[in-house]
Amino acid sequence: MDVLLGSRLQFAVAAMFHFLFVPLTLGLSVLTAVFETLYLKTGDEDYKRAAKFWGKLFLINFALGVVTGITLEFQFGTNWRYYSEYVGDVFGSLLAIEATLAFFLESTFIAVWHFGWNRLSPKLHCLAIWLVALGSNVSALWILLANGWMQNPVGYVIRNGRAELESFWAVVTNSFGWMEFIHTVTGAFILSSFFVLGVSAYHLLKGNEVEFFKKSFRVAAVFALVFSLFEVFNGHLHGSEVAKVQPTKLAAMESLWETKKGAPMYLFIIPDEKNERNLVEIGKIPGFLSFLAYHDFSATVKGLKEFPKEDRPPVLLTFLSFRLMVGLGFLFVLLSTLAWLKRNEPEKSPWLLRILLLSIPLPYIACEMGWIVAEVGRQPWIVYGLMKTKDAVSPLAPSQVLISLVAFIVVYTALGIIDFWLLTKYAKKGPDRA
Amino acid sequence: MEQNVFQVIWFVLWGVLWIGYFVLDGFDLGAGVLLPKLASNETERRIVYNAIGPFWDANEVWLITAGGATFAAFPKAYAIMFSGLYSALLLLLFCLIFRGVAIEFRGKQNDAGWRSKWDLVFVASSLVATLLLGVAFANIFRGLPIDEKGIIRGGLLYLLNPYGLLGGVFFVVMFAVHGALWVAYRSTGALYHRAKGWVLKLWPVEAVLAVLFLLVSFRSTSLWNNYFKHPFLFVFPIVAVVALILIPILVKRDSALWAWISSALFIVGAASWGLAGLFPNLLPSTLSPKNSLTVFNSSSSLLTLKVMTVVAFVFVPIMLCYKFWVYKTFSGKLTEETVYGEDAY
Repeated sequence: MDVLLGSRLQFAVAAMFHFLFVPLTLGLSVLTAVFETLYLKTGDEDYKRAAKFWGKLFLINFALGVVTGITLEFQFGTNWRYYSEYVGDVFGSLLAIEATLAFFLESTFIAVWHFGWNRLSPKLHCLAIWLVALGSNVSALWILLANGWMQNPVGYVIRNGRAELESFWAVVTNSFGWMEFIHTVTGAFILSSFFVLGVSAYHLLKGNEVEFFKKSFRVAAVFALVFSLFEVFNGHLHGSEVAKVQPTKLAAMESLWETKKGAPMYLFIIPDEKNERNLVEIGKIPGFLSFLAYHDFSATVKGLKEFPKEDRPPVLLTFLSFRLMVGLGFLFVLLSTLAWLKRNEPEKSPWLLRILLLSIPLPYIACEMGWIVAEVGRQPWIVYGLMKTKDAVSPLAPSQVLISLVAFIVVYTALGIIDFWLLTKYAKKGPDRA
Repeated sequence: MEQNVFQVIWFVLWGVLWIGYFVLDGFDLGAGVLLPKLASNETERRIVYNAIGPFWDANEVWLITAGGATFAAFPKAYAIMFSGLYSALLLLLFCLIFRGVAIEFRGKQNDAGWRSKWDLVFVASSLVATLLLGVAFANIFRGLPIDEKGIIRGGLLYLLNPYGLLGGVFFVVMFAVHGALWVAYRSTGALYHRAKGWVLKLWPVEAVLAVLFLLVSFRSTSLWNNYFKHPFLFVFPIVAVVALILIPILVKRDSALWAWISSALFIVGAASWGLAGLFPNLLPSTLSPKNSLTVFNSSSSLLTLKVMTVVAFVFVPIMLCYKFWVYKTFSGKLTEETVYGEDAY
């Protein structure tokens, strides 16, 4: 295996595995904080038990999120040496700021929360979980500003043979990074509320702790609906931003080969990458792609053929991931609307509970698909328009990368299975008795 | 000129982050290395885990921040060092993954077999991680064969030279003493006495290794050159030696906390000795001084260094305040009933 392919696969494995744990950390920290705040406000013991129950699942998930995050930060250096050398002046500082501002906060106060039930006043204890929620979401902001810079590099100048920082302000106000942040965190909140809905549905179906899980269900249903609707809206804006700054990614997302004025959207497409065309195009909505991208039915959208072959991303993978993500996004609006409508007596709609239980994995799939669109769709660039992925890879021996790739896959699979098993065990067990 | 000032500031901050990591995660790792010797039953094992419980995760963040700071302030050094030490670094990361997971998962299943398997993972990963850190830093002090293209001509086996191994063993013993002192500080009864006993047993080994490391460094590295140029730097090894001598005296008087602070000062002194000797190198080349990575040829631009300085000077003091509060709130003596409660590992 060559070093480039091995390093790309390794980064994909490490990043996608890491992102199985991140969204639940971002969202469940907030939901746990909401439950604990409700306990403080109402004095209802069920909310305290809810904070403990969901917090325990949060901790099991958090552990793997943390340890798999460390490897990602170091992989820029181990596998992408020339990237680190060329853009480290801009990119490195964002990672360092993330650690200084967010990781210390998050890791310190999760321990305060975990070990502090009997040691701190209820208010201080509740503050701890809010600080964890703040820390993890601030960390998302900085890492996505870093990724946003790879997608849309701004505020730099080429000097001394590398990209040097010219305006820190431009880097931290990069609208692409903020769009990614909003889109990712909203997705994480959807995932977390579906997690709470699904686990609650399991217990409601079994008739366990009905009053307790109805309370969790109600909070999560409101969360799910608000954020599912917001995701459609901000996702649309994010897509128009992609159209502006990453025309090759947009064309791949839509499998659009020819540049078109008033480009249509097709409900169903089978791309044929080899022959640079679509094998099947069904369900034409005239001008709709132009409208989505530029808010103008007659705007011109650039097709893939506009760009040299070596500058195009893999079309099929980007296209399918995008379609799947968007389809799931609309499904979440539907499901969360149903959950919201039934939020006061969910136990009377077992069919909905069964669907919600089976839906737990869906937001996970949507999040991973989103990252495939973002990262595969950016190819062949590691920094869009500035540096190609193939020029970024470290001068390693193929055997080194092969061994580490296999190690990552084996270790992560084993840890993933153990974590899944523990999460299931504690989720099924339900809350401790009042 | 202005850039040079910030490059030096960042060398100091870079050093502070590494020293912070050694002092803090050092006792976590050391407690892991010594777990089978310190604890003789399940309750004692739980006390050891809970002694580091509220702290280890945040302590590991010092390593992440040190890595991030290397990337931000000295991107060229980050790029060359991390790709050049590929296998060793990934092995370290895997150890840290296993270690974190072991701590978190051990108590999640009420089954002695499950727990003893995770104990084994915890001890082995703590030991290998500590050894690798020592080997890595000894090799950084000694220098690595960096060629003119910035490629390190030597892999994992190259690092296992006698000086590197000496550094590794020194780290293991130093952290083991540091960890035993922390466990002593947080325990009572039989466990306290056993931890104290291990400090006194390992201390002579630590002292011999420390002296040996300082002496061999005359031959294997050029760390001492800075000291003869700037004799005031001798304050670092002197602090280290005084702190080291105080450890057994304080332990015998049963002031475990002060003995731990002495051990922390010893680590600060010893690490500062090495880093001050290294300056202005971040990673010297054994092939040609021209290929060495220094703070002057590997740093970020002036603007980046300035931005990072502002961030560090605002947020690090805040972080130190809340960390201090957490240590104050959570480091009382642990007893049997506290470690079987709901808010314990």
